[in-house]
Amino acid sequence: MVARLKQIACGLIGWIDARFPMTKWWNEHLAQYYAPKNFNFWYFFGSLALLVLVNQILTGIFLTMNYKPSEADAFASVEYIMRDVSWGWLVRYMHSVGASLFFVVIYLHMFRGLIYGSYKNPRELLWLFGMVIYLLLMAEAFMGYLLPWGQMSFWGAQVIINLFGAIPFGIGDALTVWIRGDFAVGDPTLNRFFALHVAAIPLLLVALVFFHIIALHEVGSNNPDGIEIKKNKGPDGIPLDGIPFHPYYTVKDIFGTGMFLILFALIVFFAPEMTGKFLEPDNFVAADAMVTPEHIAPLWYFAPFYAILRAVPDKLMGVMAMGGAIGVMFLLPWLDRSKVRSIRYRGPLTKIAVTLFVISFLVLGALGTMPAGDVETWIARICSVIYFGFFLLMPIYTSIENTLPEPDRVTMK
Amino acid sequence: MSGDEVDLGRRRMITGATAVTGGVGAACVAVPFVSYWEPSVAAQAAGAPVEVDISELRPGEKITVEWQRKPVWVIRRTEEELATLQGHEDSLRDPQSEESDQPDYVANANRSLKPEYLVMIGICTHLGCSPTFDPGRELESGWSGGFFCPCHGGKYDLAGRVLNGVPPPKNMAVPPHRYLSDTVILVGEDEGVA
Repeated sequence: MVARLKQIACGLIGWIDARFPMTKWWNEHLAQYYAPKNFNFWYFFGSLALLVLVNQILTGIFLTMNYKPSEADAFASVEYIMRDVSWGWLVRYMHSVGASLFFVVIYLHMFRGLIYGSYKNPRELLWLFGMVIYLLLMAEAFMGYLLPWGQMSFWGAQVIINLFGAIPFGIGDALTVWIRGDFAVGDPTLNRFFALHVAAIPLLLVALVFFHIIALHEVGSNNPDGIEIKKNKGPDGIPLDGIPFHPYYTVKDIFGTGMFLILFALIVFFAPEMTGKFLEPDNFVAADAMVTPEHIAPLWYFAPFYAILRAVPDKLMGVMAMGGAIGVMFLLPWLDRSKVRSIRYRGPLTKIAVTLFVISFLVLGALGTMPAGDVETWIARICSVIYFGFFLLMPIYTSIENTLPEPDRVTMK
Repeated sequence: MSGDEVDLGRRRMITGATAVTGGVGAACVAVPFVSYWEPSVAAQAAGAPVEVDISELRPGEKITVEWQRKPVWVIRRTEEELATLQGHEDSLRDPQSEESDQPDYVANANRSLKPEYLVMIGICTHLGCSPTFDPGRELESGWSGGFFCPCHGGKYDLAGRVLNGVPPPKNMAVPPHRYLSDTVILVGEDEGVA
């Protein structure tokens, strides 16, 4: 009886495998994908990013069932979801909290890549795919924030779209009108942002995430020691320091998922607005094109770049500095000239630089959400210099410092 | 051409010609999709001129009307406020409004047809926020108050002229406008002259 069942199952799988590479893919990407055995805490965030992406898509689809993307109805339809739709408040808060946690997870994921040199040869393209995902995510979040049609939605969109107006030769102003489809942010803007937010950008995001994972599995995962596990293979051709992703890391990631969901639920149920950090108070007022709120601040995940924009007292230069702050991250694989990948084996200069960079990024983030006085502006200027210095001086400090010898095999510290 | 010989030059030429033709086609098809984002006829029609009744406007007051979806301010300045518009040219980025958007007929220090009535688009030229109207707010020497943009700290005098050292590149724009009578201003149209 058992043998018979097994035969049928194999028969079915065999039937599929003859027509679709199911078992082949399962093995290539899970059961026989060998990842370094020394992954640590920082390696939770890739799979968590995937989890949040699924959360955003699922809750987003449900929100579209009641949301109305028009100037007249948008604000009221969000309130309708919050008050009258069964569990609508939960789905909406899962989506808005998910957006912020997406950036928490992505920033930690990027930081992991930064300290372990995961962008270095041969993982440059992997890093670039990741950076494009990050850009798309920012566009997705920005357009999504317009949809509730509150005061911060409106004026945030107004400011960000007008960044393009800084482009000289008369291109800028025409470009902003083209993006808005009107002389100011209005119904056409809302409608097209909705289309981009729910269809175009999610499709691109999913495609890029696919490329990101394919590129990762082509070159193999880096690890906290930053050494290539493929250099030491057993007689069976399997890296001695590698373990199959499934079941070892699927189980590890399920634990991470559980921990993350506990945190997620705590925020969704007890602090969904996060004292104005995830949903700003002014956004509970319907958009008014005639009155700008007293204090306009971006959401926390854009704040560092916003602080850099404000630190420059010239419109075009400010916009270029802001764009450059993001653009320079694309160059990371080519700015880093170190012989070793991981920060564990780098010299003091890199360690100091990374520390200063993290501090400047956090300070800029804090400043970006506050009103800009003279003192704040000067602190932002100093931090902006540190931010750019970290990247632009990297070819120097990574090549002149002495590095420690890398171990031959991964360590489990 | 005989038998099995492959003419690679000919093949390259045909491949190139196909790519160029296809590329031109794709570029042409992009035109309607790009144009689709331009303001529609309805959006353009909504930018028609608006009439503003200023009979109730007292000195020191501001009213806001909507034109082309932008806030347009009509401000009746007091004598003291008009007096603040002289003598601080050094601290202005563009004191004569040469680089700024305004009709020729307001090319004076008051930037207005009638000295006391300022008609201006209440949009900061930095990134499009609407500044606050703060006459008398003294944040720094040389600025006796005017307009302050909360977004990025832009400062303007009571003629909407931007101060040095703040992000906005230009003075706030003055829209085309004319007086239909002593108490009614038409914003958005000037029939070429005032």
